[in-house]
Amino acid sequence: MNATTRQAYDGVVITTPVTVPYVRYSKESAHWWIASALGEALRQAGIRSRELDGFSVSSFTLAPDTAVGLVQHLGLTPRWLDHIPMGGASGVAALRRAARAVQAGDVDVVACVAGDANHVDSFRRMLSSFSRFAQDASYPYGSGGPNACFALLTDHYMRKFNATREDFGRICVAQRANALSFPHAIMKKPLSLEEYMAARPISDPIALFDCVMPVAGAEAFLVMREESARAANLPAARILATIERHNAFPDDPIQMRGGWAMDVDELYAMAALSPAEVDFVETYDDYPVICMMQFEDLGFCAKGEAPEFVRSHTLDTHGSFPHNTSGGQLSAGQAGAAGGYLGLVEGVRQVTGHALGAQVEDARTGLVSGFGMINFDRGLCSSAAIIARS
Amino acid sequence: MSLDNVTSAAGQASLSGLMMAMATGDVEVVDLTHTLDPDFPVIILPPEFGQCARFRMEEISAYDGRGPAWKWHNISCCEHTGTHFDAPIHWVSGRDLPNNAVDTIPVERLIAPVCVIDCSAGAAANDDYELSVDDILAWELKHERIPSGCWVLMRTDWSKRRGAEYLNMRDDGAHSPGPNPAAVRLLVERDILGFGTETVGTDAGQGFHFAPPNPAHFYFHGAGKYGLQCLSNVDQLPPTGAVLIAPPLKIKQGTGSPLRVMAMIPGRCATPAAAS
Amino acid sequence: MTLPLQPPPKKDPQKRTRVPVRPPAQRSRTGTYLCAFAAEGRFALQVCEACGATQYPPREACAVCLSMALTWRDVPAAGMVLADTIVRTSTVVYFRERTPWRIGTVQLSCGPSVMCHLHGDCEVGQPVRVINRLDKSGHGVLMALPQTDTAHMEDDELLRELTCDPKFRRVLITNGRSAAGQALAQALSDAGAAIVFVGEAESWRPYPGQDALRQIPNVEVLPMDVTDTDSLTELAGEIGGKVDILINTARFVRPGGAMDREDIIFARDEMEVNYLGLMRLAQSFGPAMRARGADGVNSATAWVNILSVYAFSNLPEFGSFAASNAAALSLSQCLRAEMRPGGVRVMNVFTGPTEDDWHQPLPPPKVVPSALARGVVAALRDGLEDVYLGDVAKDLIERWRASPKVLERELTEVEDM
Repeated sequence: MNATTRQAYDGVVITTPVTVPYVRYSKESAHWWIASALGEALRQAGIRSRELDGFSVSSFTLAPDTAVGLVQHLGLTPRWLDHIPMGGASGVAALRRAARAVQAGDVDVVACVAGDANHVDSFRRMLSSFSRFAQDASYPYGSGGPNACFALLTDHYMRKFNATREDFGRICVAQRANALSFPHAIMKKPLSLEEYMAARPISDPIALFDCVMPVAGAEAFLVMREESARAANLPAARILATIERHNAFPDDPIQMRGGWAMDVDELYAMAALSPAEVDFVETYDDYPVICMMQFEDLGFCAKGEAPEFVRSHTLDTHGSFPHNTSGGQLSAGQAGAAGGYLGLVEGVRQVTGHALGAQVEDARTGLVSGFGMINFDRGLCSSAAIIARS
Repeated sequence: MSLDNVTSAAGQASLSGLMMAMATGDVEVVDLTHTLDPDFPVIILPPEFGQCARFRMEEISAYDGRGPAWKWHNISCCEHTGTHFDAPIHWVSGRDLPNNAVDTIPVERLIAPVCVIDCSAGAAANDDYELSVDDILAWELKHERIPSGCWVLMRTDWSKRRGAEYLNMRDDGAHSPGPNPAAVRLLVERDILGFGTETVGTDAGQGFHFAPPNPAHFYFHGAGKYGLQCLSNVDQLPPTGAVLIAPPLKIKQGTGSPLRVMAMIPGRCATPAAAS
Repeated sequence: MTLPLQPPPKKDPQKRTRVPVRPPAQRSRTGTYLCAFAAEGRFALQVCEACGATQYPPREACAVCLSMALTWRDVPAAGMVLADTIVRTSTVVYFRERTPWRIGTVQLSCGPSVMCHLHGDCEVGQPVRVINRLDKSGHGVLMALPQTDTAHMEDDELLRELTCDPKFRRVLITNGRSAAGQALAQALSDAGAAIVFVGEAESWRPYPGQDALRQIPNVEVLPMDVTDTDSLTELAGEIGGKVDILINTARFVRPGGAMDREDIIFARDEMEVNYLGLMRLAQSFGPAMRARGADGVNSATAWVNILSVYAFSNLPEFGSFAASNAAALSLSQCLRAEMRPGGVRVMNVFTGPTEDDWHQPLPPPKVVPSALARGVVAALRDGLEDVYLGDVAKDLIERWRASPKVLERELTEVEDM
């Protein structure tokens, strides 16, 4: 833990969790999805778009625009603007920047939005120009996307820590059960362990139900001063702690741990909590193996013991370890960068008692974790936040 | 002494008589051929199309280290370089006719009578002079109906031009004399053997503007007739009565070749022809 | 266990020929350096001059100490497989057509971890050696092979996509008149080629080895003259759809340079055969080969030019011949680009002086026909693009890379008048 203590997030809250219902394929552009989410958030908060003074956006399909093009497109005049290209870690990263800016008085209200289009060809085209290292060192090898990279990580994890496919299946099955009550989930049928095990192989050992379904959609939330939220009668969540780390453990020959492992102690110290005291966890679930890494690296069990942890806990919303309570991306779908917001938006709903689906009983604190950007062979970005009921 | 019963005695007599006549000057041979040299102009087509290669000579040896007792050259050119022969296969309209290439043309057709139509006055006054139906009919009135199987040459004295004046290229292409479509059709009706000119083509320089374009090539070759171009000394031939010898090289499926064109004419010596 | 390759069945004339598609072809500029080494079959990565760390993927600054001094070097190819996966479906059409496709994470003994193709005989947790070879888009890709050779390992499906193995393939050698052409015919026959067509120009002019050539198993001698367009058009009409590997051995060589010859006749012959002959071959045989780059076990796979290494830098004693080879070298680069959409490799095999009559007064070392033949077969098996055969060629290309101008001056030191 650093000699310098991290400053608390006093006086700043998260409000107005918004989800624009996902669709599998949509002709609409990322601009459309982002505008939908932003509009809904501002309407709920009673803020006119011309009055909004802070805007943060994440998207994979906004090109040739960035946040800059969007402000003219949407008619905004912010004094604080950010564009966060961190994929699944974007939600917490956006939160961190927006919260400090509001705290410092640089901006009054920041709308944080993530949204992506999904045309029939979007996914393939995004993958082919994802990053320089992907272009040079992984795309030429047939992966055609992150599936093969994560299959390699999963294969290694299974060999090293004796995880079985059934262990991963438990995570997926529980998330599907959680999704059944979530109105916006793309996957609407229950999933049994047998169905999980019999699924069509994608890239051994990964099969169909280990992979998220790319969709079009958007998520948003607002960050503002606590008194503004009260004045507008908006349910709000407090921020107890956040961490962020990129390209952690670069000398690990293959990824076994994420950046959280470097800063996890700081996270709980800042929140003055232990892992046992967290009421629910929203991990970034692009693949179940990464959920396991988050259980380990975020202090819920030791490295390599997540399989046993999963076997000895129930992960549905009313279980012993409520996890990905709206179904996660594995069941709700991955709307591009909005996948990095999904956990935080659901987390805010849970701690404010306004879950759209099943509600975690007496949800006072929740941990939201983000992970993203498979630059080549490993996820580079990681982030986490502990939020609490106000 | 005959070799066997079927040799024609009359034929032998004609041949012997011809040799005698050549020796005495009663029959003269006129060379209608330009010397093949690298400077002789060739037809120019639009730049997108393949072009006619110029005539080139490369010395292989000249009684020297490359060959001590001999001299010889490699030559290269197009089939249609210099004084040359056009076979029917040269044009799209003649592509499917039988015996339409230089190697398949029956060899006896390459020695034939020749009629010469003098357009030199017209050509001197007008670079684009057209050989017309009237010209042909007027010639026939004066001489004879053009017989089937003979060459018809269009005399224009164009071969006396040198340098740029020969192709006579202007901004809109070449300007040189040639037959118009009706004249060509009439000659085809007459079933001539072939048509010859002193210019670089059997068609007029602006012949691509006729309907059909390049009517001499189109109609003559379409009817299995031949062409001769870049002839010289046409002014030395009588209007009728001469014999033209024009054998092209026997190139496999060739569309033409440079060749030696010569005519046998009645001698022009001071002594009048003996009464026959 | 690699299953031995089976001879392909006769092609079904009713079935459409598979159109070649390619693996991803985009690379950064630095990433493209891998293809320069793969062209020669070298495993090279960037090494930091300041701290010695080996880098992967290719980059602009050291990932350990941020030094800009990164140099490409041949590095040890040993590694250990950490994980593997079998890709069953891909958004890339090339791989989609070829699933299941096995790739793995290999940690190299020299440091970095790489994602690479896995030979079927590689196991997770086992040591491997990694090769850098050209894929069908002409870029260098990495593949792990078992540390020691295994039975039929060249028949591995993934490896065959990176190589141009003559086994079961049909070869056309454009000129059998030379000893080199005859040695190649023997070597390709020995390498398992289904048929070796050998071109023979002017068969009315006998030459040594003419009879022996016809005795080599699977050799078929056919009339062919690279200076005669019709001859090539006719032959391509007959066998063009059956040429999987074309080896151009047609060559016209005479001593002499620019000034010391008395005419341009031999120069014209040198250009006619060495340059225009190549172009005629490209026009008559190229299109069908390019269309058949993905046509099964005996797909069209390689076009081999035998060139003089003096194409890079002129040797005045054979100055005109060298210039004609320079023209052919440039044209072969063009041909390589034109063939790439079909996934057909254009391979240049450069030699110094060959052991034959015209090079008789030159001192050794010279390349003998059997060495040339062995070198070509080995290069086909490795799927190389640039091959420098023999001591002279290897030496020359090293000097050329160090400084083309110094080499030019060294090579062109002639006797005073």
